[in-house]
Amino acid sequence: MSFPEPVPAGGIETTTPDERIAREGAALEFETPQNREKSAGAGVPGAKEPRRAFPRYFRETGWRHLIGIVMLIFSGFPLVYVLSASLNPGGTLLTANSLFSNFDLGAYIALFQDPLRPYGAWFVNTLFIGLTTSFFTVVLCALAAYAFSRMRFTGRRFGLLTLLLVQMFPQLLAVVAIFLLMSAIGDIFPALGLNSQIGLIMVYLGGALGVNTFLMYGFFNTVPASIDEAAKIDGAGHARIFFTIILRLVAPVLAVIGLLSFIGTMNDFLIASIILVDPDKQTLAVGLYQFVSQETARNWSVFAAGAVLAAILPMALFLSLQRFIVGGLTAGSVK
Amino acid sequence: MTGHTLEKEHVTPEVRAARRKQRRAEAWAEAAGAGWKVWLVKIVALGVIDAMAVYAILVLISQDSWLVAGIAALFVVAVNYVYLTPGLLPAKYLTPGLIFLFVFQIFVVLYCVYIAFTNYGSGHISTKDDAVNALLIQNQQRVEDSAAYPVSVLEQGGQFSFLVTTPEGDAEIGSADRALEPAPDAEFSGGRAVSLAGYNTLDFQQLVANQAAISALAVPVSEDLNDGTLQTRDGSTAYQFISILEWDAAADTMTNTETGVVYADNGNGSFESADGQSLATGWQVWVGGDNFVRAFTTESIRGPFLGVLVWTFVFAILSVATTFALGLFLAIVFNDPRMKSKKYYRVIMILPYAFPAFLSALVWQGMFNQDFGFINQTILGGAAIPWLQDPFLAKVSILIVNLWLGFPYMFLVTTGAIQSIPEDIQEAGRVDGAGVWKIFRHIKFPLLLVAVAPLLISSFAFNFNNFNLIYMLTGGGPRIADASINVGSSDILISMVYKVAFVGAERDYGLASAFSIIIFLLVAVISYVSFRQTKVLEELN
Repeated sequence: MSFPEPVPAGGIETTTPDERIAREGAALEFETPQNREKSAGAGVPGAKEPRRAFPRYFRETGWRHLIGIVMLIFSGFPLVYVLSASLNPGGTLLTANSLFSNFDLGAYIALFQDPLRPYGAWFVNTLFIGLTTSFFTVVLCALAAYAFSRMRFTGRRFGLLTLLLVQMFPQLLAVVAIFLLMSAIGDIFPALGLNSQIGLIMVYLGGALGVNTFLMYGFFNTVPASIDEAAKIDGAGHARIFFTIILRLVAPVLAVIGLLSFIGTMNDFLIASIILVDPDKQTLAVGLYQFVSQETARNWSVFAAGAVLAAILPMALFLSLQRFIVGGLTAGSVK
Repeated sequence: MTGHTLEKEHVTPEVRAARRKQRRAEAWAEAAGAGWKVWLVKIVALGVIDAMAVYAILVLISQDSWLVAGIAALFVVAVNYVYLTPGLLPAKYLTPGLIFLFVFQIFVVLYCVYIAFTNYGSGHISTKDDAVNALLIQNQQRVEDSAAYPVSVLEQGGQFSFLVTTPEGDAEIGSADRALEPAPDAEFSGGRAVSLAGYNTLDFQQLVANQAAISALAVPVSEDLNDGTLQTRDGSTAYQFISILEWDAAADTMTNTETGVVYADNGNGSFESADGQSLATGWQVWVGGDNFVRAFTTESIRGPFLGVLVWTFVFAILSVATTFALGLFLAIVFNDPRMKSKKYYRVIMILPYAFPAFLSALVWQGMFNQDFGFINQTILGGAAIPWLQDPFLAKVSILIVNLWLGFPYMFLVTTGAIQSIPEDIQEAGRVDGAGVWKIFRHIKFPLLLVAVAPLLISSFAFNFNNFNLIYMLTGGGPRIADASINVGSSDILISMVYKVAFVGAERDYGLASAFSIIIFLLVAVISYVSFRQTKVLEELN
């Protein structure tokens, strides 16, 4: 497919490229081929109309709204579906299909009343494990990134390269060894081994440095070293510089890493499912998975209610910090 | 301070020594200057860590784990050295993270490599001694017409013991890991020993509450396991049980006393009879490359394994390709200043990315349900398409759901990348007579690709191990019928590892670890190649 020169679309415009640039200014983007394609196809009936306002509107932005609406349906309908299913107490998979036929919070109440599936405990466990993990992840990574960014020492380059290498191999690949290690630890220290949330947090922290230090390192490097120098001249020690100056300056990235770590921990099923055995100790991912695999069709509305409640917090956090997250992801990876 | 901004320059040894001295002096000065509060926090924190470590080491020594105790001691000494010695600043900042990294990332990988060369798995869990004990206990039968021993169940620190009254009227005590021994100071009541100092005697209610644990308790009669054990069903009377297997340590054989069959150590961690029957419980041995050989040569493993391998690549590549294509298309569509209310579209389109991924997979699983799901029932008007049951459709479903999950991310990053391409490049292209499509195809797209290539690679790497999506949507199913391991046609490597190791009755840690090692190697090769490619891309532009 090639477009040597802009061809007048729909037989209306006969402007030269230069005129169009002049008219549209910076607005002319390179997506115009698709624009033209779409309007030539979808906009044909409109193009014959004597009224020029609509065809032109459609060619310029109207078709974009059409695509937008299609995407809205595609992105939104599973979420609408869950929400509707959760408001239909006692509902099964089948009855969930008629959207919003009912409006009742019964499923949300039922959710907390099943002793075999302690949703409340799962929720609290997820929060506890997620928040603890993300807090310590941020602390460990910030400490390491500070050392790599501000100090020159033997093995620094080797350390950075090793972290880059470790980053390639997600922890979950060694899941068998993690399980066996934890069961061995549990034989000697039951509080840290299998079926221990502290143990699970420790495993997550093992993966923390490899995944996030590089992202943080890049940000620490953007803080000018002259700031530390000035503080040092004023008599501040390394700890004071770190805690009171650097950490404040990189606060956004700390928030991003904390959030990513929280969401990552919350989404983890693999490691949590092998370490946490008792229903009372499990997380939402493990508990809800078993919920679905045990009674998919029967108690769908209760599951849906659980899903809605579980999703609210991460979604709210994500949407409010979205700008930072996307910036952080791009910056860290491109660096 | 430890020379923050030491540049690389040529220094003579004398200068270096002088600098070192100076640095040390600075470190001392700083340590002295640090407030007493910092010191207090440091000392308290170290004290807590040391206390826990000493406890841990003592417990380890009491369990005869000398090697682990030694390693733990080394760690503690190192930590104390780092934090109590002035200077060593980088180490002070790096140590906390490194400890976790070493234990739970680097050590587990090495351990995984070790397991891949053993037969660790169901029936091969423990050492040979443990296996012999387990076999003797599992194959016990009650000795016909044996005496009934009056017994009281005692408890000490959560461990149950039997206090037995022998036919001679003496009291003996023993537990699962301690053979019966005389307990001369036991107290008797009505001819039976009922209590012993230091132990709690369980009353009826406690017996009922712990019934399962007590009826599973087998107390060896003597140090020689062939003498059998005492077991009780009701908590008040015990009978002697003797194994139908007889262990001959000298000949290294197990003999079934009922059938007379002799089982000998077959060198692969099992007792095997002459006609090839092996006893259920074996032990862990080093099997060399057997697991890898099995993965590539045993027909019932190789076929599914290669299928899974190919699908893993296809899945990861198509996932990146579809999400990137849709994300780029949408970025282009919505990156027009004339368009109104873009941000509302954006917010809704980002929702799939914000919704927790594991929940998405579960919700889609419900929607794809063949009989009751939203897609068959409502959208397709009552069709009965086996979305998750058909090998091909299961893969299609996975790709559809991953498109839903992944396009918002690609949309966000490509939008960012497009907006960061300078306008004047486009101007230059236009002046040179290039059309809009040519500008896009030959100028903007390559620039865009350079910017997002690392993200595409990391997206590929993520999807290569996207366990959640596969396991929660299809469970890897439908299961491949002629495979001898638990694997389905939509499984990817990591979900296969999980299923081989943790799902079902047959758990094969050795084989699962071997698969893990194969993934490691693949990931290493892919990363190496792809980062070289990225460099080539960057040099091109």
